[in-house]
Amino acid sequence: MRRLLNHQAPYLFIAPTIILLFLFSITPLFVAVVMSFTNMDLAGIANYANIEWIGITNYLEIFKDEVFLKALTNTVFYVILGVPLVITLSLSIAIAINFGRGKVFEWFRVVFYMPSITNVVAVAVVWGFLFNPQYGLFNFILNAIHLPDVPWLQDPLVAKLSLILLALWRAVGINMIIFLAALQGIPRTYYEAAALDGASTFQQMFKITIPLLRYAIFFVTVTTLIGWIQFFEEPFIMTEGGPLNSTTSLALFIYQNGFQLSNFGYAAAGSVVLFVLIITVTLIQFRVQKNDNPY
Amino acid sequence: MIPKEKPVIVTGKEARFSPIARPEKRRRKSTFQWGLATVLTLLGLCFLLPFFWMVLSSVKTDAEILALPLTIWPKELTFEHYVNLFVNLNFLTYLKNTLLIVLASFFGLLLTAMAGYGFAKFRFKGSKLLFIGVLATMMIPGQVTMIPVYLMLNQMGLTNTMTGIVLPGLVGAFGVFLFRQFMTTIPDELLEASRLDGASEWRIFFSIVLPMSKPILAVQGILTFIGAWNSFLWPLIIANDESLYTLSVGLALLQGQHGGNYGLQMAGATFMVIPIIIIFMIFQKYIIEGYNISGMK
Repeated sequence: MRRLLNHQAPYLFIAPTIILLFLFSITPLFVAVVMSFTNMDLAGIANYANIEWIGITNYLEIFKDEVFLKALTNTVFYVILGVPLVITLSLSIAIAINFGRGKVFEWFRVVFYMPSITNVVAVAVVWGFLFNPQYGLFNFILNAIHLPDVPWLQDPLVAKLSLILLALWRAVGINMIIFLAALQGIPRTYYEAAALDGASTFQQMFKITIPLLRYAIFFVTVTTLIGWIQFFEEPFIMTEGGPLNSTTSLALFIYQNGFQLSNFGYAAAGSVVLFVLIITVTLIQFRVQKNDNPY
Repeated sequence: MIPKEKPVIVTGKEARFSPIARPEKRRRKSTFQWGLATVLTLLGLCFLLPFFWMVLSSVKTDAEILALPLTIWPKELTFEHYVNLFVNLNFLTYLKNTLLIVLASFFGLLLTAMAGYGFAKFRFKGSKLLFIGVLATMMIPGQVTMIPVYLMLNQMGLTNTMTGIVLPGLVGAFGVFLFRQFMTTIPDELLEASRLDGASEWRIFFSIVLPMSKPILAVQGILTFIGAWNSFLWPLIIANDESLYTLSVGLALLQGQHGGNYGLQMAGATFMVIPIIIIFMIFQKYIIEGYNISGMK
């Protein structure tokens, strides 16, 4: 028995993980694809005989669904605004902290990272209070400096921007840490040589720092992009997609159709569209990165 | 990571950039440092503002929260909201469930470490292909698997059970990847020597590999704790019964049912956030260094 255990050791070490990932990650992907061609709903769960194969009807319908199209444009809006904001802000903070000498700058890492680890529900509850039109701190501060109230979550466009602000606050920390790790991996001798050749701090930044951060910037761009395409928790807790679906994201659309309306087949079709979108964007990114590498 | 206080000739950054540090240049650099610190401090205060407001509001009376104009510091300190969470609401049950999920996720961490070791130190049939398969699961978004997993758990009769809540998220591909990266650096000779001494593979794993993996275990342990403590969506989907709610689900429920009671909401949020911040403050060095271990350079 013991011999057997030793001999089979590698398989036994990996078996639990492989089984769990197969069961809860790979199988569901195929189930989702199959489901997207059916009319699976509550009646379908109760009795499998009620499930019908309806071909690509779900896909045809979803691209005519106004809410879905709204969710799609909203998601594009979130991505186009959110991704560059996260990258510039986290990179700037990382570079600033890296320039700093002294203990105090280590504390800044903690401060900016803190929102990343705090619970999203708690954060949404607190921000909901900050955004409150009557008793919220934000409008109070605006009024104190003689600016008018802002309809943080009431106006369709402003609500989207408010959610981006919240998501930005949550996302900066983790990316800043990744950039800091990359910055500290750049050998000091590069800067010393450049300084000897008379390069200014500014030149050093754009000729040494930024080019050498290519890999980190690429990594952060890919993960941030994927993250924002899946934007979910902020609209889910803060606005439930409102006002008038103006903050509904693709992921929220899938959740609402799946778990609130029980249109499982339809929601699965939506999730397959989301998946294809993520894969396409990621592949394009890798392509661009490959062609654009002078080093 | 490069040690910050390297014993170089001149303190400060000019030592890195120019061979001769002229006094006026040093002064300029020092102004630059102060400017940098000021900008970061202002931005940092903006980042901390929600936390301050959360804690301050949680100890104000209801009347004070809804009084205009707003007061910054509480006029009268009260802890009634915290008492309410536990006496009139079920936060004790939510806390118990959350801690159960934390416990289960640590078991998942052990499984992840085992898999990482299996991929790091053994060459067996299909090991490469399996590892690529594991990494590929990182590409699958949660929204795609969410509905099928729910239906599968429903089929197995695991909806509305603790098992159903913890099982799907027990292991993660990224964790396996990090463990594998780290454990590859453990010298093979050490493992071979123990094998010659007659130690079983399990013994080697528990008494040599795990103790040597302390740095990565620390990082993963803290991140696992934070993830489990914050777990929200899956408990929300699986648990119909309030007795299975976690703290986050309970807080979301509180927001829905006591929408106007901000003091209570802020107390609930504070109760969720403060333990994480304390743990993070204590262990932040490990987490931040962890990103260097993971080879993100």
